[in-house]
Amino acid sequence: MNDIEIRIKEIDEKIKKIKDFMESSGIDLSGEIESLNLKKNELIKSLNPKSPWEIVQIARQKSRPNYEDYIDGIIDGFIEFHGDRNFRDDAAIVGGIGFIGKFPVTFISHAKGKNIEENVKRNFGSPHPEGYRKALRLMKQAEKFKRPVVCFIDTSGAYCGVGAEERGQGEAIARNLLEMSDLKTPIISVVIGEGGSGGALALGVADRVFMLENAIYSVISPEGCASILLKDAGRASEAANYLKLTSRDLLELKVIDGIIKEPSGGAHNDAALTAKNVKKVLIDTLNELTKISVYDLVEKRYEKIRSIGVFLE
Amino acid sequence: MIMWKDLFVQRKYATLKVTQKSDLAKDENVNAENIDVDMFTKCPSCGEILINMDLESNLKVCLKCNHHFRIGGNERIDITFDKGSIDYFDTNMKSLNPLKFPNYSEKLKSLSKSLGINEAVITGRAKIEGLDVCFGVMEPNFIMGSMGSVVGEKLSRMFERAIDMKLPVVVFCASGGARMQEGMLSLSQMAKVSAAVKKHSNAGLLYISVITDPTTGGVTASFASLGDIIIAEPKATIGFAGRRVIEQTIKQKLPLEFQTSEFMLEHGFIDMIVERNKMKETLHNILKIHLGVKGNE
Ligand SMILES: [Zn+2]
Repeated sequence: MNDIEIRIKEIDEKIKKIKDFMESSGIDLSGEIESLNLKKNELIKSLNPKSPWEIVQIARQKSRPNYEDYIDGIIDGFIEFHGDRNFRDDAAIVGGIGFIGKFPVTFISHAKGKNIEENVKRNFGSPHPEGYRKALRLMKQAEKFKRPVVCFIDTSGAYCGVGAEERGQGEAIARNLLEMSDLKTPIISVVIGEGGSGGALALGVADRVFMLENAIYSVISPEGCASILLKDAGRASEAANYLKLTSRDLLELKVIDGIIKEPSGGAHNDAALTAKNVKKVLIDTLNELTKISVYDLVEKRYEKIRSIGVFLE
Repeated sequence: MIMWKDLFVQRKYATLKVTQKSDLAKDENVNAENIDVDMFTKCPSCGEILINMDLESNLKVCLKCNHHFRIGGNERIDITFDKGSIDYFDTNMKSLNPLKFPNYSEKLKSLSKSLGINEAVITGRAKIEGLDVCFGVMEPNFIMGSMGSVVGEKLSRMFERAIDMKLPVVVFCASGGARMQEGMLSLSQMAKVSAAVKKHSNAGLLYISVITDPTTGGVTASFASLGDIIIAEPKATIGFAGRRVIEQTIKQKLPLEFQTSEFMLEHGFIDMIVERNKMKETLHNILKIHLGVKGNE
C-alpha cells in the first residue's frame, strides 16, 4: 500500500468508528461521515486520476500487449492447437498448452492481432461460434488431463454477422457458461484489454477473475449504451462513467477478484514488466487453487458465481 | 448484450379507441357506462381489425393470419398453468440501482406501478394439467424483459428449488438481453443462471425452454439456449445480436425470416415450433412421457 492507500484505509476505519458510536449513542454525526467521505473520494481520485473514458482508450490501444506478448512473457513451450472439430478453426481465439512456472496449463485467449493483416485474419478478436466451441473443446481436454485452464479476455464482443447467427452464437456462448461453471479443474480468467459483453464472459466463468489495471469489462460498449439509452453515440464518455466498467469499480462490485498492476501510463509502456506482473499473479493463484480438491473447487466456484448481484428483498 | 429497443418499437401494434356506445354494449357483461376501454386491435402482420374479446379468447393469436401477439407474464401464466395450482416464489424481490445509473430508479418505480409487478420475471411452482413443474415466465413489458440482478437471482433460486423438489423446469423466455443499467452485474447473471441450469441438469432433471417473441442478447446466450428441450412459438424473433447491428456490420439488408423461430429450427437450434393454443397440451405430453405416466387408460 502506498501513502494514499494507507490514508484511505485510516478514513474507512474512522468512519466505521463514528458509525458504531452513532449507533450506540444515538447522536447524529452523519455530517462528519459525509465530510470524511468527501475527503476519501478526493484521495481515490488522486490515486487514479484517469477517467473511465480515458481508461477505455488505454484498454483499446493498438500498442497494448496482446495474447502474443503474454504467451512470450508467461508461457514456456507453448504449443497451439486448432479447430472446433465441427466447422473450422476460428483465429479470433487462440488456444494451446504450455507451462506457467511448474504448472502445465491449457491457455486460451481472444486474439485481436496487431497489424491490419492480422486483424483481418483474426476478425479483430471477435469470435464466431466455432471460436467458443474450440475454447470449450480445449477446456474439456484440460479437465480430462487435470490441467488448470487460463483464459485471457480481449474482445470488443462476439461477432455480429449472418454466419455467426446461423451457427448459433447464442448457443455457443451459453454452452461455455454452463460448462465452465462445472469444469472439474481450476480456471483463472484475466481481462487484459477489452472485455466486451457476452463474447468476453464466454471465457470468463472462473475460480478467479482478474483485470489488468487499465482493462475494461462491460455489458455493452460505451458507444452502444450512449446511442441506446442517451440517444446519442457521441455521449460515450458519459456512458463510460455510468457503466462502471473499470477494474476498480468492478472489484468494488465484487464482479472480479483482483487487479493486476500496470507500469505507469499503461501496459503498452512496458509489455515485459506487465507480463511479469501477470505471471506472478497466475503462479500464486495456481499454487492456491491446485491445493483445493476438485469437488470443493467446483462448489466454491458455484457459490462465487451465485453471489454476484445486488437486490432488495 | 444489448436491449434492442427498436426491436420492440417496430412491432408495436395500433389500438383503436372506441368511446361511444356500440353493439357490444348491449352484452350484459359489458357495462355501458365504462366503454372507454380499447375494443379493437389491428393485427400488425395482416392488418385485420380484430375485436379484442375475440382476440383474447383466441389466446391473443390473430384469427386471420395466426400472428402471435406478445403477451404479458400473468397472461402467460393464466393460459399455461392449472387454475389454483400456483405458488409464487420471491415475489417481494426488487431491483436496486447499484451503479446509480441515471433515471433507472425512476423507471423501476413507474413500471412496477403501471404493470403491478416488481420485475421482468415471475417464478414459482405450478401444475400443467396435473403435472408439477417449477416455472419462470418473463415479462416482456418490464424494461424489455431485460435481465438484471433480480431476474438472475429469481431464476437461479427457482432452479435450485426445483432440484430440492426434484421437479422439471419450464421457462418462458422473452427478453431484450442483459439490463444495461446494472452493467456487469447484469452480464454476470448470464453465468449465474447457466450455472444453476447445470446443477439442475446434473441432478437428472428436465428443463424445457420455451422461446417467445422476442428473445435476444444475453438471454439467448444463456438459459434460453440451454434447455434439454427447446420449443418456440411461431415467428418469434430469436437471436444473439440485434438485426440492425448485423445490418450495420455487414452493410446489407437481412431477409425477413432471419432470426425467426423457423430460421432457428432450420439451423438446428430448437426442437420444435408449437402454436400457442397447443402449448399447454404439448408441455403436458412431454412431461407425461418424461415421467413415464401414460395416464387416462
Ligand atoms: Zn393477422
